[in-house]
Amino acid sequence: MISDPSMFSSSPTLEPGADDDQLLRVSLGPQHPSTHGVFRMNVVLDGETVVSLKPVFGYLHRNHEKIAENATYLSSMPYTDRLDYICPLSNNWAYAHAVEKLAGIEVPERAEFMRVITAELTRLINHTAFMGFILGDMGAWGSALMYAFREREKILDVFEDLTGARMMANFMRFGGCRNDLPAGWAAKVSVLIDGYGPFLDEMEKLLIGNEILLGRTQDVGALPKEVLINGGITGPMLRAAGVNYDIRKVEPYGIYERFEFRIPLGEKGDCYDRIMIRFLEMRESLKILRQAIDQLPEGDFIHPKAKIRNFKPPVGEAYARIEGPKGELGFHLISDGTTNPYRYRVRPPSFINLTLLEDMCLGLDLADVVIILGSIDIVLGEVDR
Amino acid sequence: MAIDPKLEADLKSQGVHVTSFEQLINWGRSSSLWPLQFGLACCAIEMIAATMAKYDMARFGAEVFRPSPRQADLMIVAGTVTKKMAPQVVRLYNQMAEPKYVIAMGACAISGGPFKDGYNVLKGIDRFIPVDVMIPGCPPRPAALLEGLMTLRDKIAREKLIGRHRARHADPEGAAEVPVPEFGAHDLEPTANREIWNPPVVVREAGGEA
Amino acid sequence: MSAETVIERLREALPDAGVSLRKNPGPSCQHSLLVNAASLLDVCNVLRDTLAFDLLSNVTGVDWPDAAKADAVALPAEGEGTSSAGGFLEVLYHLYSTSRREGPLVLRARTVDREKQNQIPSVVAVYRSAEFQEREIFDLYGVEFTGHPDLRRILMWDEFEDHPMRKDYVAPDDYDYEPTPHDAVLEKARAHYPAAP
Repeated sequence: MISDPSMFSSSPTLEPGADDDQLLRVSLGPQHPSTHGVFRMNVVLDGETVVSLKPVFGYLHRNHEKIAENATYLSSMPYTDRLDYICPLSNNWAYAHAVEKLAGIEVPERAEFMRVITAELTRLINHTAFMGFILGDMGAWGSALMYAFREREKILDVFEDLTGARMMANFMRFGGCRNDLPAGWAAKVSVLIDGYGPFLDEMEKLLIGNEILLGRTQDVGALPKEVLINGGITGPMLRAAGVNYDIRKVEPYGIYERFEFRIPLGEKGDCYDRIMIRFLEMRESLKILRQAIDQLPEGDFIHPKAKIRNFKPPVGEAYARIEGPKGELGFHLISDGTTNPYRYRVRPPSFINLTLLEDMCLGLDLADVVIILGSIDIVLGEVDR
Repeated sequence: MAIDPKLEADLKSQGVHVTSFEQLINWGRSSSLWPLQFGLACCAIEMIAATMAKYDMARFGAEVFRPSPRQADLMIVAGTVTKKMAPQVVRLYNQMAEPKYVIAMGACAISGGPFKDGYNVLKGIDRFIPVDVMIPGCPPRPAALLEGLMTLRDKIAREKLIGRHRARHADPEGAAEVPVPEFGAHDLEPTANREIWNPPVVVREAGGEA
Repeated sequence: MSAETVIERLREALPDAGVSLRKNPGPSCQHSLLVNAASLLDVCNVLRDTLAFDLLSNVTGVDWPDAAKADAVALPAEGEGTSSAGGFLEVLYHLYSTSRREGPLVLRARTVDREKQNQIPSVVAVYRSAEFQEREIFDLYGVEFTGHPDLRRILMWDEFEDHPMRKDYVAPDDYDYEPTPHDAVLEKARAHYPAAP
């Protein structure tokens, strides 16, 4: 039974002891080429085998939640960009979704389509950058990243046309989006998604049969499904283990019910499944994008009665979540009727996906730790907020 | 040390290239700055984008990002420096060998940026280490980072190696290490390095408009 | 399964557990169950094993120095007394069921006060996902989770002594220099101005 605390294998903090002199303590990070940001792991090794792994967080703790309590609801929107800074637009949507739930605001149809298009484009950039970074972790330093960023730049150009900024878009508002699509934008995106399929084909051809990739990622870091669900793991990591749980299907938000797309599932949940599932998810995103661009209606980009100044949601609380590229991104807001939230909480998928990092790494080599960390796909802005 | 341009042109037309040691050394140093692989937050992604094919920092000689501070001579502080991370940043700076340069990239590294009211945010990395170039932006575009790099190259090209106004790294008595802050009960101790961080003293009338 | 159904099943399974329904006045209609801190572990075991709420998605800490505000957000039922006037810390849990595709079920647990009596049992033995989130609430709010395998600070450094997310926390004054201050920042910056000559 999982209710027995000794069943989960997180070892207690090791203190220097009698038989301790054969173990090697290594501090991986916070400045390290493969830790995806300022993340530190205190690893204790017996030879090359990991005996204990304790992550240390907080090196990028930027007090987002405290700043949000002293700011209005709308002025927290740019800060949500900087949470998971590789996918700013989906963070914006998650926050707008939570506030709309809190205050009961409706979103017009065209705005919903715009949101889906930007969110799926964001999923593409996230998974493409993930592919580049994890191949860098495996030693292909910079080569795959060059390809990934080449495609990413194309999508960032499209975002710059729409929102004015490459990365920190600050695009969603409560009740819709900040501005309408510029002329010709939908055509540009259409050309982009047509060109993305061949890029994915090229990448898959290079990667799927790659001996080093197969050898380093297969059967590395797998855990049983029940342990993953109990650990709060969500997103591609959970689906790689075969659990069919994608918030776009389970609790559809926006207009995802209108689109036809499948949820790819893995078998074993090892690092190889996690990498390949993201390729499949990118293809599903391309399907959604194609349908969204084709069905894009005319209309308002924001609810005509959306209140921008002096926005005071009614007293209450709401928790809303979306399927972000890294997992379940949720916002929990408590309103006391004033312009500032009483409590603003981000449910960070990267942070909670790291709960089982030690369990995945115990008994493996130090080199596998880097691959496993890469396959969890963390971003420190979200882990530490 | 400037060479008389007329003389220089004259000799050049005869196939003789004249320069000074200072110019030569500064040219070599500025053309092959090796940055430290050190991205903290969102600006790191733009820094990576600046090294990729579209913006290509390699043509400035700064392609080789070294993971170890012992082998790097440029630290691009890209992202928010939190108080928890500040001692590590200073230690990395100390581990770099002279000559070393620091670029503060992004609003957060310059002054704390949008997170300035945070209790864990260091309000600018120039409180603890000397910064050569500051690049504003949130995040600055990769082209802005390249502009900052070019500004640094100009600054290095103008450095003096001898004389009273020589650069810090040319001075054997010059301090290459700065003290590392410690974690206190409520804040870092000290909150800033007074020898490096001297904000202007602003005299404003009490009660008047700011 | 609505909150009302869950509370009925819980009262059948654990008649002595103090579970009460708190209505959410806002449009989101996410009502919550206020659980007595002492019976929190039993309730979680029943929810996970019998009612198949297997995913603990989110653990939030809230500081209520003014208990009346807490009652305004989570309305007590008629006949139920209002919360103690002294203020308390609260922990909210959002539970989902992956098999029935339902949720969120919101649980609330409160400490007695904000000083010494700040203990809440840890649910890590039931839901592993609470491990880091409870450490974060301990770090930022000061709630002590009894039974947590490794309760120490997670986001701030170990020597830090305050609990920064509390409403009465005063951040250290390390501004020094503000180019164009106004309003609250001007007040803070004035402390650093030199005396007028």
